[in-house]
Amino acid sequence: MFIINCPYCGERDQQEFKAGGEAHIERPKQPTELSDDEWAEYLFMRKNIKGVQFERWNHAHGCRKWFNMVRDTSNDEIKLVYKMGEKPPLE
Amino acid sequence: MKNKYSIFSLIKNAFSYHENWQKAWKDPQPKKEYDAVIVGGGGHGLATAYYLAKKHNMKNIAVVEKGWIGGGNTGRNTTIIRSNYLWDASAGLYDHALKIWEGLSQELNYNVMFSQRGVMNLAHNLQDVRDLKRRTHANRLNGIDAVYLNTEQVKKFCPIINTSPDIRYPVLGGTLQRRAGTARHDAVAWGYARGADEMGVDIIQNCEVKGIKRNGDSVEGIETTKGFIKTNKVGVVAAGHSSVIANMAGLRLPLESKPLQALVSEPVKPIIDTVVMSNAVHAYVSQSDKGELVIGAGTDDYVSYSQKGSHQIVEGTLNAILELYPIFSRMRMLRQWGGIVDICPDASPILSKTSIKGLYFNCGWGTGGFKATPGSGDLFAHTIANDEPHKLNAAFNLNRFVSGDLVDEHGAAAVAH
Repeated sequence: MFIINCPYCGERDQQEFKAGGEAHIERPKQPTELSDDEWAEYLFMRKNIKGVQFERWNHAHGCRKWFNMVRDTSNDEIKLVYKMGEKPPLE
Repeated sequence: MKNKYSIFSLIKNAFSYHENWQKAWKDPQPKKEYDAVIVGGGGHGLATAYYLAKKHNMKNIAVVEKGWIGGGNTGRNTTIIRSNYLWDASAGLYDHALKIWEGLSQELNYNVMFSQRGVMNLAHNLQDVRDLKRRTHANRLNGIDAVYLNTEQVKKFCPIINTSPDIRYPVLGGTLQRRAGTARHDAVAWGYARGADEMGVDIIQNCEVKGIKRNGDSVEGIETTKGFIKTNKVGVVAAGHSSVIANMAGLRLPLESKPLQALVSEPVKPIIDTVVMSNAVHAYVSQSDKGELVIGAGTDDYVSYSQKGSHQIVEGTLNAILELYPIFSRMRMLRQWGGIVDICPDASPILSKTSIKGLYFNCGWGTGGFKATPGSGDLFAHTIANDEPHKLNAAFNLNRFVSGDLVDEHGAAAVAH
């Protein structure tokens, strides 16, 4: 269990949050043009990184807003949180 | 040649104070080259090596394990074995495993303590009742034993369950698979390791894979912490770390690795002689031969490789357990732990070739891989040896995520994955 710093509400217990999986997966701009392979890539394939990973989280039992998080999945340490629409940090 | 385990060898060794038992497996250094290398020395990996040697006559093979054998999810699960899955493909896969379980102790000359004590799945609302009845019919059509029980029959089969209509999730019925049950998880790994070792398989522990060497679209070997091993066939059975190995080969898998927790209580006298699972409240419980209650909780919803889960997951499970079994209210929990499970979007495993020749993946078992150990090993060995899947694992290919032909067991498989 860890404390999450919601960019809107501040530090709250992890119980209030819902994990939303890998971040920055772009919705296909022209879905009708996509091949089956590209659909599979978009829908199912995940990086599932052991180490620093970019994720989406939702403050489900709080402000209910979505935001992004950079987290080390090998030890659950949170590196950074930033709002939706903001550019991901480079490293 | 291994000595056979029997009552006579037990007596014979008693005279030397059990100090001269033969080693169950060797501790070799890796050779330069193998015909096939299995990555991951858990139950599934060791079973794969065992059946490669036994049924496909591949003796020059190795199992590489980064820790010690059976130290990952094989030693962390709640040991439940059943085959009451909804879809035909899953029913075929899991019942194949269950049939092997039924003769496994004899086959391995190793007591895996397989106990067909039955698995009961509870229904707590009308939709559960409909789903479980549908699954019972589907199971029977596939030749898998299943019966539907009403509330009274549930109470009769497991008297300590609270079947009062006043509880938050009342018990409206359940299904029972009598052939299902439990086994000793460590013994499965040890038994397969001993069997494989006897046929000449090298089981190499403390050997972590660091890279997969490719020549174009074919595998040439693996880089490990004990040096480079040349081989044309690599079978990856790395559970929660499957994506990590896939990334080394430049492959992407449809997996997310999440923590799954379990816990055991202090040992008590026999109180529950079956396995009871509840999908709706996500609580399942059985009792080990030592007397501990073995309790399985759910997964966390975030990716993690830390082998730790959240406290509220355990708390939620224990709330449900206490409502269903008020008799456990004063039990103390002894140990709690987490394992990392690799979950597929359709909650079904992948036993498949890949786009790289000679690279095979056996992964995605999620929260329910233990029950499939012998069947998984048998079918994966077939896939590696013939470079083609067996008909029982053909549906569990990697291409199903492209074709859309998923084996969607989410919520259909008697327990939420």
